[in-house]
Amino acid sequence: MSFDQHRAPTAPADESVVPRRGRGTELILLIFAAGISTFAYVNVDLGVRGDVPPNALAYLSGFFLVAGIAHVVIRMRAPYADPTILPIVVTLCGLGLAMIHRLDLTDDTTLAATQLTWMLVGVALFIGVLIAISDHRVLARYPYLAGLSGLVLLILPLLPFIGHDIRGAQIWIQIAGMSFQPNEAAKIVLIIAFAAYLVKTRDALALAGRRFLGVDLPRARDLGPILLVWLGGLGILTLQNDLGPSILLFGIFVLLIYIATERISWVILGLLLIGVGAFTAYHVVAHVQNRFDLWLNPLDDPSNQIAQSLFGLAHGGAVGTGLGQGYPDMIPIAESDFIGAALGEELGLAGLTAIILLYALLVSRGLKAALVIREPFGKLLAAGLASGLMLQVFIVLGGVTRLIPMSGMTTPFLALGGSSLVMNWALVALLIRLSDAARRPAPTATPSFSDDAVTQVVRVR
Amino acid sequence: MNSPIRRVSAGCLLLVVALLINLTYIQAFWADELNAHPDNRRVTISEYARERGPILAADDTRIAVSEEVGGDFEFLRKYPDGPLYAPVTGYYSYQYGRSATERAQNAILSGEDDRLFVRRLIDLVTGEEPKGGGVKLTIDPAAQEAAYETLGNNKGSVVAIDVRTGAVLAMVSKPSYDPNPLASHSLSEQQEHWEQLQADDEQPHLNRAIAQTLPPGSVFKLVTAAAALESGEYEADSTVPGPAEYDLPQSERNLPNQNGEPCGSDGETTLTNALRISCNTAFAHLGEELGADALRDQAQRLGFNAQPLTDDDMNAAASVFPDDPDAPQTVLSAIGQFDVRATPLQIAMVSAAIANDGVLMEPYLVDELRAPDLVSTLHQTEPEEASQAMSAGTARQLTDMMVEVVEDGTGSNASMSGIEVAGKTGTAQSAPERPPYAWFTSFAPADDPQVAVAVVIEEAPDTARDDIGGGRLAAPIARAVMEAVMDE
Repeated sequence: MSFDQHRAPTAPADESVVPRRGRGTELILLIFAAGISTFAYVNVDLGVRGDVPPNALAYLSGFFLVAGIAHVVIRMRAPYADPTILPIVVTLCGLGLAMIHRLDLTDDTTLAATQLTWMLVGVALFIGVLIAISDHRVLARYPYLAGLSGLVLLILPLLPFIGHDIRGAQIWIQIAGMSFQPNEAAKIVLIIAFAAYLVKTRDALALAGRRFLGVDLPRARDLGPILLVWLGGLGILTLQNDLGPSILLFGIFVLLIYIATERISWVILGLLLIGVGAFTAYHVVAHVQNRFDLWLNPLDDPSNQIAQSLFGLAHGGAVGTGLGQGYPDMIPIAESDFIGAALGEELGLAGLTAIILLYALLVSRGLKAALVIREPFGKLLAAGLASGLMLQVFIVLGGVTRLIPMSGMTTPFLALGGSSLVMNWALVALLIRLSDAARRPAPTATPSFSDDAVTQVVRVR
Repeated sequence: MNSPIRRVSAGCLLLVVALLINLTYIQAFWADELNAHPDNRRVTISEYARERGPILAADDTRIAVSEEVGGDFEFLRKYPDGPLYAPVTGYYSYQYGRSATERAQNAILSGEDDRLFVRRLIDLVTGEEPKGGGVKLTIDPAAQEAAYETLGNNKGSVVAIDVRTGAVLAMVSKPSYDPNPLASHSLSEQQEHWEQLQADDEQPHLNRAIAQTLPPGSVFKLVTAAAALESGEYEADSTVPGPAEYDLPQSERNLPNQNGEPCGSDGETTLTNALRISCNTAFAHLGEELGADALRDQAQRLGFNAQPLTDDDMNAAASVFPDDPDAPQTVLSAIGQFDVRATPLQIAMVSAAIANDGVLMEPYLVDELRAPDLVSTLHQTEPEEASQAMSAGTARQLTDMMVEVVEDGTGSNASMSGIEVAGKTGTAQSAPERPPYAWFTSFAPADDPQVAVAVVIEEAPDTARDDIGGGRLAAPIARAVMEAVMDE
């Protein structure tokens, strides 16, 4: 008696089960995200001025409308995408906007309106990316062109006429009266370039050279690319007068080589090079030395950002002062680099922990996509984007909370800054695209033979 | 490629954990220290935004209050009788911090105290603006005013103690200062007055009643007399030598009596008489006979060499009996010279212990801590015995001797009609170029003591230098304060 004969008719039914797409979950989570954002906005006005802002309902519906449009585009263009990514990003943007609005009320500025405009531009770019790129693999076609574009974007601020210096950092370009910080775009383009390059060359890079202390060292002739990126990193360092962005870019590159080659020796080598670079920077760039001293003795000069950040965090304590009821305006330029500290003061340990966990969740969804996706470029791209986001959050929030020395970088989605916000929405579009590819059911290998009673489809994995 | 991705994920998790641990450390464990950092203006500003609790006198008179005035800082600290109570209230300044009770009781006054935690939670839920609690002091406004007025233009201080409990009834220091401008919302006004205070040679912000020790001179003879009686070798009517000059042991120098004459007709005198006329040579003899250890032991039982008012955290100075004086130094110490130094509070404690059958009560300034409603009590100070400073018999004999001083001796200016007063004068020479310190300490009524007072006058601009003396200048002030207390 053969079981196969009985089972055969039911087998196709298993294949036809529709995988969970999660779009309904996404919609419900988006309602929460818009609700939390609006609640924070109202809370700020209640805390600072004592009444509900008249446009609270408009704010809520506007927020939900924007999120809704993004949601509809995902339904159409990436129906299998992870349902938590968009709601997390909307929540982070909403909290950032609320805090910028809160600082506006105290400082008598109108930065929140600008930020809101940039968020709309960001969502538009998000939609554009999802519509334009229906398969992420097209991005792998031109690794060297992508690499070159990334470098050009990095160098742009140095060019005469469009290059522009704000607060001692030559990282801006100005076109038609608009300032733009091209390194956020460069970051994404370079991650694409790294991933595409490594897919092609990973076999050669994985070849072992000499074995030393139980570690397989790479061959000397393969060291070229990593040294090139390292030099590029040092270039950004001198350009931006800052260690953070170069460590971020180089760190992503090292992680990607490691993932591509599965050889830990690349990580060790990368850490050594970071060490050498940081040591050199400490001795050559006065700014880096300052940051380091400030890290060790933040309270020596209590007017500095780190000391004010620590005072703010301490004042917030476990549950925070409540939005609008602390003094985040005492931290110089709180709305950009130090928005994490401002949120930590008014939302407390509880609130900032929640924000960090939101980032962790977002990163974990990206890494999950990297694990599940079925081809190497997608894996590398997803892992690069996700771990890069994590690294950036760590460098910024770690700097603000004095875990590591401070280096000027924006907190993704929260901080004031159009270029950063817009490019991070593009990054999210790529993550959505990748997670859609990861969760999309594998094309069923429909047997094309007529004699299927004899031949069985064998799964090889 | 999946296993490196998993390891990278684990690495990401590590970064998140590191961020969260660090944040927890800052916001939960380091926070208290950061909040207390002198350069952290956040805590001060949020304190200004909250109604600070009042400081009350013993009869609930508000001697420091917060008034709502609006503006950046909502509440303004006001001291209705600023200079009168400044030594006890202290000041409350945005730029220059806090002093005295404003500093010591800040947790209650600002509402940050742990005992107010539940109330803060309730306020959080009900949306009520949180307020600070009240601090009620033991200060009796009548006694405080009497001391302040009678001290006049003189530089000096007055302390009055309830002998039965140790409650401080009056604490006046002159010249005083007005704490109001220091609490001003105008930073330049604060600064101007602060700099003025700092530059003033008269040190108006110094609480002379408890924070400055001076040579006590003859009022220290009470301690020497107590040591003599406690030794069992002497009674009030024991005779002691009282020559015109006393040969200091191991020294070429002599110690003369103030008037250059012997005490008593044949160079001998009773203990009672020696105290009555403040005979230096008789007490010098007692000091040599008793020795430094016996004197120090008696002094310490009365509170010397220990900081008083520590429970109230008032930064009082400890009065001193020297560690290891040689024989001539011991003799000088017995009459309150050499390195013996005392605060007016300490001298009042000596009288209070004698008045209270030899039992020294721990002095205290804070009577009661009240919740923000100013009705319910958070803490009530219970009077506490500090030590049995001397036997009841010694105390009784000393009382009789001190009554003699007022009725028929150097302290006659403190006498009242119908009420027996016990007292002792002192006029301490410190340096030839400056006037002597005029001391007086007393208690009344002698048969049922209520209040003990100590007065010191450092400088008296309206009095000729030769006329400066404890009996002449200080005794009338002590009388006024005692009357003010007993009139109630």
